[in-house]
Amino acid sequence: MTRNSSTPVWHYRTRTQTLIHWLGWFSLVALTVFCWQLMNENTIWAFVSDAPDQAADIGGRMFPPAWGYIDELWAPLWDTINIATLGTLMGVAIAIPVAFLAATNTTPSTRFVRPVALLVIVASRSINSLIWALLLVAIIGPGLLAGVFAIGLRSIGFVAKLLYEAIEEIDTTQVEAIRATGASGAQVIDYAIVPQILPAFWGISVFRWDINIRESTILGLVGAGGLGIQLSASLATLAWNQVAMIFVVILATVVIAEWVSAKVRQAVI
Amino acid sequence: MQAQISHQRPTTWKRPPVIFTHTLWRWAIYTGALIYLVLAVQTIDIDWQRVWLGLDRGWKFVEGFLTPDFTTRWRDIREGLTESLTMTVTSTVAGILISVPIGIGAARNLAPMPVYLACRGIITLSRSFQEIIIAILLVAMFGFGPFAGFLTLAFTSIGFLSKLLAEDIEECDPSQIEAIRATGAGWWQVVNYAIQPQVMPRLVGLSLYRLDINFRESAVIGIVGAGGIGATLNTAIDRYEYDSAGAILIIIIAIVLVVEYSSSYVRRWVQ
Repeated sequence: MTRNSSTPVWHYRTRTQTLIHWLGWFSLVALTVFCWQLMNENTIWAFVSDAPDQAADIGGRMFPPAWGYIDELWAPLWDTINIATLGTLMGVAIAIPVAFLAATNTTPSTRFVRPVALLVIVASRSINSLIWALLLVAIIGPGLLAGVFAIGLRSIGFVAKLLYEAIEEIDTTQVEAIRATGASGAQVIDYAIVPQILPAFWGISVFRWDINIRESTILGLVGAGGLGIQLSASLATLAWNQVAMIFVVILATVVIAEWVSAKVRQAVI
Repeated sequence: MQAQISHQRPTTWKRPPVIFTHTLWRWAIYTGALIYLVLAVQTIDIDWQRVWLGLDRGWKFVEGFLTPDFTTRWRDIREGLTESLTMTVTSTVAGILISVPIGIGAARNLAPMPVYLACRGIITLSRSFQEIIIAILLVAMFGFGPFAGFLTLAFTSIGFLSKLLAEDIEECDPSQIEAIRATGAGWWQVVNYAIQPQVMPRLVGLSLYRLDINFRESAVIGIVGAGGIGATLNTAIDRYEYDSAGAILIIIIAIVLVVEYSSSYVRRWVQ
C-alpha cells in the first residue's frame, strides 16, 4: 500500500511562521554583527590579546590582599553606611508624597498632577546614582553630602514607583468602609490606605537600602565620600593588594547588608 | 456589677503597632535609631561656603539642562552614543548566548548535581560584584575602550539572565515534561519540545529587560574608562560645559524611555 501524498505532515510551525522566524533571527544576527564591527573600529587588538598576561600580572599583585590596610578602611566604611542610610531616608521621605500623587486612586488630578509625578519618577530612575554623584560633586563639592543627595535622588524613583503600584493595588472595600464613617480625605489615607501599604513600604525601603549600600561603596570614585575614595586612591597608585583588600571589605558589607535586608523583609511581609 | 464592667471597658482606642509589638523592644529600637541618626548626621561636615558657591553652579546646571546644547559637542556625543548603543546590543546578545546553557545547567530538574553546582557557582560569581568594579578590572586587563565595556556588560548579564532563567525552568509544568518524555524523547528533545515553549516568552521578556539595564549601565561604566556615553558626560562635566552635559542627560533619559516603553510593549505582545 502506498502512502497517499496528500497526507498532511505535522509541522511545528506553518510556512509563513517559519519564514517570519527566520527573517527575525537573520535581522538580529545582522544587527549584532553590524554593531560588533562598529564597536570594535578603534579597538587595539594587541591589548586584547595581551589580556591573559595582564590578568596574571594583576592577579599576582592582588594576592595576598593587604590585610593590615583594613585599619584605614573603618572610617570610610562608616561613611559608606551613613551615605546609604541617610540617602535612603531622604529618598523615602520625598518618594512618599510623589507616590501618592502618582497613584491613580489617590492623585488629586489625573491630567495635571499625575504626569508631573511620573516625570519625577522617570527622571530619577533613568539616571544612575554615579551620574547623580558626578553632577552633585561638581555642584556642591566633594564629600559625604554629595553622596547622600545622589543616593537620595536615585532612590526617589525606585521607591515611588513600587509604592504607587502598591497603592493602586489596595483593597477598595476598606477605603469605602472608612469613608462611610464620615472620615475626611486625610483620615481615609491614614486609616484605610496606610495600614494596607505599610508592609510593602517597609519591604521596599529595606530593599532599596540594601541596593544603596551596594551603590554607595563606589560613589567615592567620583569624589562623593566612602570606600570609593580609598579605592580610587589605591587604583591611582596601582596598589593592587590594597584594591583587593577593599574588594574584600565591599563584598563582606554587601553580603551582610543583603542578609539584614532579607531578614527584615521576612519579618515584615 | 454593671458599674464595674463599664469601669473596665476601654474608652479610647489606640492603633496597635504594626511592627515591634513588644513595648520595651520598640522603645529600645527607637532610641537606638535616634542615637544612630545623630551620630550619622554628625559625620557629614557641610562646608556651607562651598555649598553657597555651588548653588550658583547648580543654577547654571539647571539653565544648561533647560537650554541644552546638542551642536557644539555633537561629534563627541555621537561617538559616545554609538559606542554605548553598539556595546548594549552586542553585550546583551553575547550575554543571552552564554546564559542559556548556564541557565539550563543551573535548573535542578534538568541538570545533574555537579553541573548544577558549577553553574550556580558561575551565577554567584557574576552577581557578587557590581558593574563598575568589574569594569575597573577589565579596563586594566583589556585596555580602555568599548571592548572592555562589552565584556563587563556581557559578564554581568550572565548572572542576571541565568539566575532568572533557571528559576523559570524550575517552575515549569512537570506534566508537559512527563508527556514529552513518555513519547520516548531524549534529553535534548525534552528541552526543545517541553521546556523551550514554556520559558520562551519569559526569556524574551528578560532579554529585553536586560537590554534596558545594559543601556543604563553603559552610560555609567564610561566613567572608569570603558567607553560609551558616560565618558562623554564625564568630560563635559569636567569642562564645566553644563549645556552639553544637559544635552547628554536628556538623550540618555529619552533613550531609556524609548527602550523601556518599547520593551514593555513587546513583552505584552509576546506573553
